[in-house]
Amino acid sequence: MMNDPHKFQTPQPEHLSKEQSDLYRARQRGRNKVLGLVLGSLAVLFFAISIVKIAAQVNGAN
Amino acid sequence: MKSATPATPTVALPAEWRDFFALTKPRVMTLVIFSGLCGLLAAPATIHPVIAFTAILCIAVGAGGAAALNMWWEADLDAGMKRTATRPLPSGRMDPTSARDFGIALSAGSVGVMGLGVNWLAAGILAFSIFYYAWIYTVWLKPRTPQNIVIGGGAGAFPPLIGWVAVTGDITLMPVLLFAIIFMWTPPHFWALALFVQTDYAKVGIPMMPVIAGEKSTRRQILIYAVLLLPVTLAPWFIGGTGWVYGLSALLLGLVFVALSAKVGLRDTGPDDKMLPEKRLFGYSILYLFVLFGMLAFDRLATVQGWQ
Repeated sequence: MMNDPHKFQTPQPEHLSKEQSDLYRARQRGRNKVLGLVLGSLAVLFFAISIVKIAAQVNGAN
Repeated sequence: MKSATPATPTVALPAEWRDFFALTKPRVMTLVIFSGLCGLLAAPATIHPVIAFTAILCIAVGAGGAAALNMWWEADLDAGMKRTATRPLPSGRMDPTSARDFGIALSAGSVGVMGLGVNWLAAGILAFSIFYYAWIYTVWLKPRTPQNIVIGGGAGAFPPLIGWVAVTGDITLMPVLLFAIIFMWTPPHFWALALFVQTDYAKVGIPMMPVIAGEKSTRRQILIYAVLLLPVTLAPWFIGGTGWVYGLSALLLGLVFVALSAKVGLRDTGPDDKMLPEKRLFGYSILYLFVLFGMLAFDRLATVQGWQ
């Protein structure tokens, strides 16, 4: 039921028209921004989880 | 490039982030987040808000990962159905490997963070729920048996159980009942949809109940499940797990559900039928679950505040 992965080929930038090239870069920029946002959010979340866990340990010890 | 068809070799531009987001089935995720949150809020213990947020995030991301794996596996089937043909894979906007890897990354990441941040029992159930949906339902049962929806309904029933276990760290009768409610709710909900999109499922050879057993049998089974659902939703009240706020809500909502299901279950249709009772039941079933689980969480608040 899966698609054949071989029917998709990674485009070579030199084979793209200007419009395609612009679209290619715009999509890459969009993906990079979202990925950056996700990774930044995860860093904040892991920090917050660590603080909560450490605080719980300290309170439990006292 | 957007109109590229999957039947011919395609030079694919990188998929947009929106296409990756679409792989997670955001609409389904809304119900997953809501039922998971209600399970978490209804649990008889407290949890730090950061840990609660982490648990809900992991439930949502895990469901998204399982949905992405489902779309990866069923891309060819989706291409043959009007409702799903515009999804990122069948429409050729994304290559299958990216979808598969995305699904695996979300699934593994959500289980890992749930284990490290919340507790490993919740992580274990989350991992099993992803396996259940991506393998047991998608790969194994859906193409093989018209009972696919009944057993596959278990996949959607895990969120409130996981939400509860994230708080308490153990499994008792109450979270199992929450699981049972969604398990029993899924067949009438999905078969109502399958009745008015049955030509699509027949076209791609998925053995949905209306295709295999016929409309009459499906209608009867919708009614049977709706009737069985009522005592299951009342069970949390009977065992003292909730108060009357939830109990009366479940009774009223359930009676309406049975009435709408009876309209579907006891009628015959002609060739040009608009299927209005089926569409009404499908719409109500979504509202029903939202309100029922909302009242479950509200019932807990009412108990804590001493209103009941």
